[in-house]
Amino acid sequence: MTAVGVLGGAEERTRLVHRVLVIRELGIAVALALLVGVTVLVNPRFLTAQGIKDLLLGSTILAVLAVGQSIVVITRNVDLSVGSVLGLSAFATGSLFVANPGLPVPLALAAGVLLGAACGVVNGALIAAARVPALVVTLGTLYVFRGIDYTWATGRQINAADMPPGFLRMGSATVLGVPVLALFAVVVLVAAGYYLRTYRGGRELYAIGSSPPAARLAGIPVGKRVFAAFVASGALAGLAGVLYAARFGTLDANAGTGFELNVVAAVVVGGVAIFGGSGSVYGAALGAVLLTTISSALPVLGVSPFWQRAAVGALILAAIGLDRALAVRLARSLRGRNGNG
Amino acid sequence: MSEPPPILSLRDVSKSFGAVRALQNVRLDLWPGEVHGLVGENGAGKSTLVKILAGAHQADTGTLTVDGKELRLTGPGDAQAAGIAVIYQEPTLFPDLSVAENIFMSRQPLRSLRRIDARAMRAATAELFARLGIQLDPDRPARGLSIADQQLVEIAKALAFDARILIMDEPTAALSGVEVERLFSVVASLREAGAAVLFISHRFDEIFALCRRVTVMRDGRWVSTGPASELTVEELVRRMVGREVSSLYPKTATAPGEARLEARLEVRGLTRHGAFTGVSFTLHAGEIVALAGLVGAGRSEVARAVFGVDRYDEGEVLAGGKPLPKGDTAAAIAAGLALVPEDRRQQGLVMELSVERNATLTRRWSLSRLGLLLGGGERAAAREWSERLRVKTARLTDPVSTLSGGNQQKVVLAKWLSTQPRVLIVDEPTRGIDVGTKAEVHRLLSELAGQGVAVLMISSELPEVLGMADRVLVMHEGRLAAEIPRARADEESVMLAATGQRGVV
Repeated sequence: MTAVGVLGGAEERTRLVHRVLVIRELGIAVALALLVGVTVLVNPRFLTAQGIKDLLLGSTILAVLAVGQSIVVITRNVDLSVGSVLGLSAFATGSLFVANPGLPVPLALAAGVLLGAACGVVNGALIAAARVPALVVTLGTLYVFRGIDYTWATGRQINAADMPPGFLRMGSATVLGVPVLALFAVVVLVAAGYYLRTYRGGRELYAIGSSPPAARLAGIPVGKRVFAAFVASGALAGLAGVLYAARFGTLDANAGTGFELNVVAAVVVGGVAIFGGSGSVYGAALGAVLLTTISSALPVLGVSPFWQRAAVGALILAAIGLDRALAVRLARSLRGRNGNG
Repeated sequence: MSEPPPILSLRDVSKSFGAVRALQNVRLDLWPGEVHGLVGENGAGKSTLVKILAGAHQADTGTLTVDGKELRLTGPGDAQAAGIAVIYQEPTLFPDLSVAENIFMSRQPLRSLRRIDARAMRAATAELFARLGIQLDPDRPARGLSIADQQLVEIAKALAFDARILIMDEPTAALSGVEVERLFSVVASLREAGAAVLFISHRFDEIFALCRRVTVMRDGRWVSTGPASELTVEELVRRMVGREVSSLYPKTATAPGEARLEARLEVRGLTRHGAFTGVSFTLHAGEIVALAGLVGAGRSEVARAVFGVDRYDEGEVLAGGKPLPKGDTAAAIAAGLALVPEDRRQQGLVMELSVERNATLTRRWSLSRLGLLLGGGERAAAREWSERLRVKTARLTDPVSTLSGGNQQKVVLAKWLSTQPRVLIVDEPTRGIDVGTKAEVHRLLSELAGQGVAVLMISSELPEVLGMADRVLVMHEGRLAAEIPRARADEESVMLAATGQRGVV
């Protein structure tokens, strides 16, 4: 009888925890739906085919970066250099087309991804070798990569005319109404989400972020895995750079400046715990869509653009507050149990 | 004893950390199908031994043989590969991951394309739990599990990779009676299945109930190994502590005069759920009271709660007859309390700052003029105190991290003594300091008591406790187990109370 009672209690608690986790991502979806709903009430044109296309297109680059950032944040690290890597990769893609006008598009994609991965290798190696927190290392490489970009691009600007039409078409074409660029983001998202869920390497990333000392005791190659996470983040930032080039066509040394903060905001709003170990890339991608939607919805709602940043800030604080409240509640129930034991 | 060869044996293992010799020529043999007890005081080297077996530390000298083959463990992975599993007192799980994932991390069953077979993993977990008689949902996250359940998950983890050698480091320290029984039945079934278990515990009843052979360690050395049936509790305690109380301790018993009647600190029914329960005591002016007990008995937690670092759930603290507000260190300092913490590097000092900055941190307001700390006052105050405490440093402007452990401790003391406390709480004041400096710290504490300061000294070193204290309070599992006056305090009485053997005293 008692055993049954104990089991019942445990199961109930488990279900509660599951529900909380589900709610965490559902919450963002609900917030998104509310925002879109209110905006459509004010201005029905917000949700036309063109409106949806604009939203998806606007979210794509941020979503790709957010997926990469989540992989890093899950391991209890952070990659601040992604904006600079994006800028570098975008300009490199443009320069590549200027030098070889006939270059096939897949090769340009591969080049951008490789360049980004190389930047990730630099980040990962510095973190592993210097044993310095990722925050500091990637803050440094943020400036270094941007500096290289400036040196390279000084006084130059690459225009749409310099790039092959096929490449630029990729930036605006749609398949069944869905922008091609957004498909890239979906493929990246699903692949990363699937890997993190169903492969040992992916689960080990969560384990590392959840408790680094326990991960070491469990024999997980912590250094190797964290290194790989930074390479993945770099590669995705490189990919985002190519997508940026295809979408905007006009490139200078400032492409992607300040993106890193938007990305971290998207990841945090999306429920990836900044202390690692929990959250999903799906949440982060939803966060990216939500942030993009806010910045296009607020003008429609007649809110001054000056308030947009404040709205984003409030959202971040709300997300962190929610996570903190959940953690405190769990900790309290744990302490209560120990007290009885 | 001369039957099959041992499954694991250690010979002449030594390990030093800097100048501290944690282990010297330790030996140990474990046989399959047997639970082997390991006992010793705090600091006897048990934990170091466990870490070596876990692959977390590497021995300086000596050999480890498993199944007749000599092994070198270079990391936790090697120990697992050799079939050694360690269950720590505080289990090391991943709080965000499910119980099943915790058990099979990096060893998850796979299906096509090297994908994790979540269903097989869940089924295997359920099977392990059934084998161990545990009722836990494999899908629930490890966060929120009680310590007892976490240990059972660790045991399931060990079974999942077919560990044949289980090291259990004080597994019962945080468990309730029912939980201990459940753990024991699991350990017994492992033993029946032919596993070798090394069982470390401070609870002698458990040692005698579970273990066939018992090894005693003291001061990093092997003392004895023998059948439990040939031992008594008294004999075990004698082997654990067996040494002379040195004459290093200059404490002279305070005359029980009028000064002693002045209560400086009263603690009444202090409780913090999960840490300590119903702790009450009174400190008088001019006496040194030792707070003894095993690591994890809740001594430091009591000190932190009294000083206002942690909040407490019930009870009250009175300084000089006036109640202190909960969780308010500034009020505690204003009331004349000072706390010299156990971990001086983390909690006692700002390692990057200079000696003089550290020594005057507590007085930064009274030393400043118009809100500015100008060099003069700070330097003069720091010089005065470092001379009084004989801090050995080349320059007062050197970072405190360049000092030796003993001199660092003196700087922490200087910092608090300069506030002229009425109540001084010192937590492990001489841990990790050399003998000479130890004596100086002891002399200082005696002097302070002579000047009327009430001193509460938390210490795990029995000789220090017995040499210094006017009264000994002994904590056992979060409660005050005994109060022993100086005249009746000896190693056995303190040790027995600390291990919960009240009846024997």
